[in-house]
Amino acid sequence: MSRRRREQPWPIRLAHWLNVWLLAVMAGSGLQILVAYPAMGPRGATWDWFLLEGWRPGPLLTVGRWLAGARHWHFAFAWFFVATGALYVLYLAASGEWRRRLFLPRRDFRNAIETATYYVRLRATPPAQGLYNGLQRLAYTSTLLLALVSITSGLAIYEPLQLRALASIFGGYDGARAIHFLALVAFAVFTAGHVILVLLHPRTLASMLTGGAREVPDDQAPDDRRS
Amino acid sequence: MTRRLTIADRDRLARVVRRRALLRAFLAGSAAAVAGCDSARPRAGLLGAMERFNLRFQQALFDPEKLAPEEPESALTPDDAFPAYFVSPRVPLAPAGWRLRVGGLVERSRAFTLEELQRLPRTSYRIRHHCVEGWSAVASWHGVAVRDLAAVVGVRPEARYVEFRSFDDGYWSSWDRPSAFHPQTILAFGRNGEALAPPWGAPLRLYAAVKLGYKMVKYLTEVNFLDRPTGGYWEDQGYEWFAGV
Repeated sequence: MSRRRREQPWPIRLAHWLNVWLLAVMAGSGLQILVAYPAMGPRGATWDWFLLEGWRPGPLLTVGRWLAGARHWHFAFAWFFVATGALYVLYLAASGEWRRRLFLPRRDFRNAIETATYYVRLRATPPAQGLYNGLQRLAYTSTLLLALVSITSGLAIYEPLQLRALASIFGGYDGARAIHFLALVAFAVFTAGHVILVLLHPRTLASMLTGGAREVPDDQAPDDRRS
Repeated sequence: MTRRLTIADRDRLARVVRRRALLRAFLAGSAAAVAGCDSARPRAGLLGAMERFNLRFQQALFDPEKLAPEEPESALTPDDAFPAYFVSPRVPLAPAGWRLRVGGLVERSRAFTLEELQRLPRTSYRIRHHCVEGWSAVASWHGVAVRDLAAVVGVRPEARYVEFRSFDDGYWSSWDRPSAFHPQTILAFGRNGEALAPPWGAPLRLYAAVKLGYKMVKYLTEVNFLDRPTGGYWEDQGYEWFAGV
């Protein structure tokens, strides 16, 4: 591949900004559903040790106003979230973008460790990198796995009998519900870290808006040649 | 003073214009999607269209022969933790001379006493309950399967829906026929091995594995086999009509 491509081709930008508000709608409506019963585990044997057990998210964090409203928002926008994710993955595969974005352990593991040691000041200089360093690739790839966990655990609590085999992977209905909620917590942690790092490196925000500079394709970049 | 645009300028301008158009389309699309969503009327607009899509999705997943697994006795929910819901201000009590009227598109519409229902083939199981609020609970139930009752009255093929009515302040719900005829959809007169008590819907309530709790009408008075759905108490306020599990 010799054609120079932008840092952020338009399908990536479109999926990114769609996801910003799709995730906000899914998280807000999910939290409004949680308000109806803010406990995990079956009735009479609730998991009182569970993270945030009994926490009722306030109106600023919720979408849909009441249980039925939130359920309709959640089950409608879930499909748009799934569609965006599916198109994104197809685009990554078809365009070859996966090479410079996905975390490939053999290629990226060492770089991720080196970047991490640089962040905690155990190392003076960052390791050489292409568009993304190993740690970024790890973070962005984890969000894809997180989305997969969210979607499958969500389907399991939506149809726990018809999709019983899927629910059993998560330990049944109540297990799937707890994991579905934990996936949201993980998304929130990722988003917080992501926003902080973008604020520290505003140029990345500009390229996610405009596409950024045309750059040397990663498969010809020096740091990736060893893979 | 005017300056002529170079070709590079023109390209840059065209890019900015295109970008603005894309951004505007993105924002307009997002705004239109949100405008189609009214939380107070969630079964209308975009949310309503998506509910009809989800109804077809749940119907496609529905397997009429798939049974809920029998739960172990150790999973039984203690009575004080098993919610008892009704919409009347107080626990509804059966009127004297209570009967279940079965009618609509049937060959032999009639009223049943509890004793007559108890003489029909019996179905019992211990399964998990799924509430729309998100909790689950376990109890065992026994009663007569709706499809066994249907065989007694002779339901006509054009009856594609079943309506269940109650003496709990008019609470009702309507079901699709395949869910109502699922082998574990029963009119229950017993719970945890005993006669059904008033907090759980005595003398007779609907119970099933394939629907959320609010579809399982308690304090039954009528079962009507119909050619159209007739909504329901919560469904008409905005909850999903199909509500499959």
